[in-house]
Amino acid sequence: MHDFGYHRPASAADAAGLLAGKNEAKIVAGGMTLIPTLKQRLAQPSDLIDLGGIAELKGIKVESGGITIGAMTTHADVERSTDVRKTIPALAVLASGIGDPLVRNRGTMGGSVANSDPAADYPAAVLGLGATVRTNKREIKADDFFKGMFETALQDGEIITAIHFPKPEKAGYSKFANPASRYAIVGVFVARTSGGIRVAVTGAGPCAYRSKELEGALSANFTPDAVKAVKLSADGLNSDLHATAEYRAHLISVMASRAVAAAS
Amino acid sequence: MPTVEMTVNGKRASAQVEGRTLLVQFLREKLGLTGTHIGCDTSQCGACVVHIDGRAVKSCTMLAVQANGASVMTIEGLANGEKLHPMQEAFRDNHGLQCGFCTPGMVMTAIDLVKNNPAPSEEEIRHGLEGNICRCTGYHNIVKAVKAGAAAMKG
Repeated sequence: MHDFGYHRPASAADAAGLLAGKNEAKIVAGGMTLIPTLKQRLAQPSDLIDLGGIAELKGIKVESGGITIGAMTTHADVERSTDVRKTIPALAVLASGIGDPLVRNRGTMGGSVANSDPAADYPAAVLGLGATVRTNKREIKADDFFKGMFETALQDGEIITAIHFPKPEKAGYSKFANPASRYAIVGVFVARTSGGIRVAVTGAGPCAYRSKELEGALSANFTPDAVKAVKLSADGLNSDLHATAEYRAHLISVMASRAVAAAS
Repeated sequence: MPTVEMTVNGKRASAQVEGRTLLVQFLREKLGLTGTHIGCDTSQCGACVVHIDGRAVKSCTMLAVQANGASVMTIEGLANGEKLHPMQEAFRDNHGLQCGFCTPGMVMTAIDLVKNNPAPSEEEIRHGLEGNICRCTGYHNIVKAVKAGAAAMKG
């Protein structure tokens, strides 16, 4: 690992100030992706700004018809939260399947969403539930947030502070996990909301995206069989040593049907 | 160089480290606590698991500076003098180890698991050990050991 200056600000405003004042600074949240990246020398930031000491970025609150989760809240805290289990059980189920318990004790929701790994779990929930990403500068709708592989709408100096999830009528998540990493080969989040059906897919494309075909099928009939029958195109889907694009296309329908079956 | 200060196994520990020093390097090289192992060094195997403020984490995927001010527990901190922790005893009684390299991480993860779920089922134990890799045992006796350790920790 190359060396860097290390900073542990006590507030989001201080973190933003530090970020603006450094040339090649990077934010570290839980570090579950960034630290392995640094160890492989795939990144060489001049400074690391650690959000771990900022109390205002942690915590889970039930508010205005949904739930708001601070960016530095760990996956383990989401998994075990009685508020999350009561309000949006599918979100707790999703959190309980991220990585392994040791990753869930460090990894954070804000870090995962800001990173936009194509195979991460949380982006599917953010998009599937039509969440709002709150930053130190503005609010960003989930539909406008994920832009590509490791690419989001976040601008330089912008820090996620919390994510607000509206409570759905029903939601479910199912993933076909890589057995070694538990990353999603394909993960599908389905939600029936007051604004209609939302289906978000992770693992299959460059970033999480909504499937209009599956949303259409579920709008007509919210049952596992309605999506199982949908044949999706493999065009543009990821193909790698874990799965071909054709196999992923097939998995999307299967995971969607399991997510509907599990929805509560 | 930043100075870090933390409580390790109940004792105050302080040293100057580079920003890039990993927690596992700090524990092994500065404090000589070599019970915490480096297995894969790529965040996968769990041999380096320690507790930070009561939570099991991979010490190869955390900087020493990130543990500044924290309370750290390593495998060396579990036994009470000559008396092993019930989870350590359960691993010995159930033949939960062969070469023993993964064992410190397995024991630390298992104790955190039982803290959150005092009577885990076999399935829950296997899910709970997903971040710890053992290349000798086939996990069978490790799972048995965790089950027995959980029962002993309750008693």
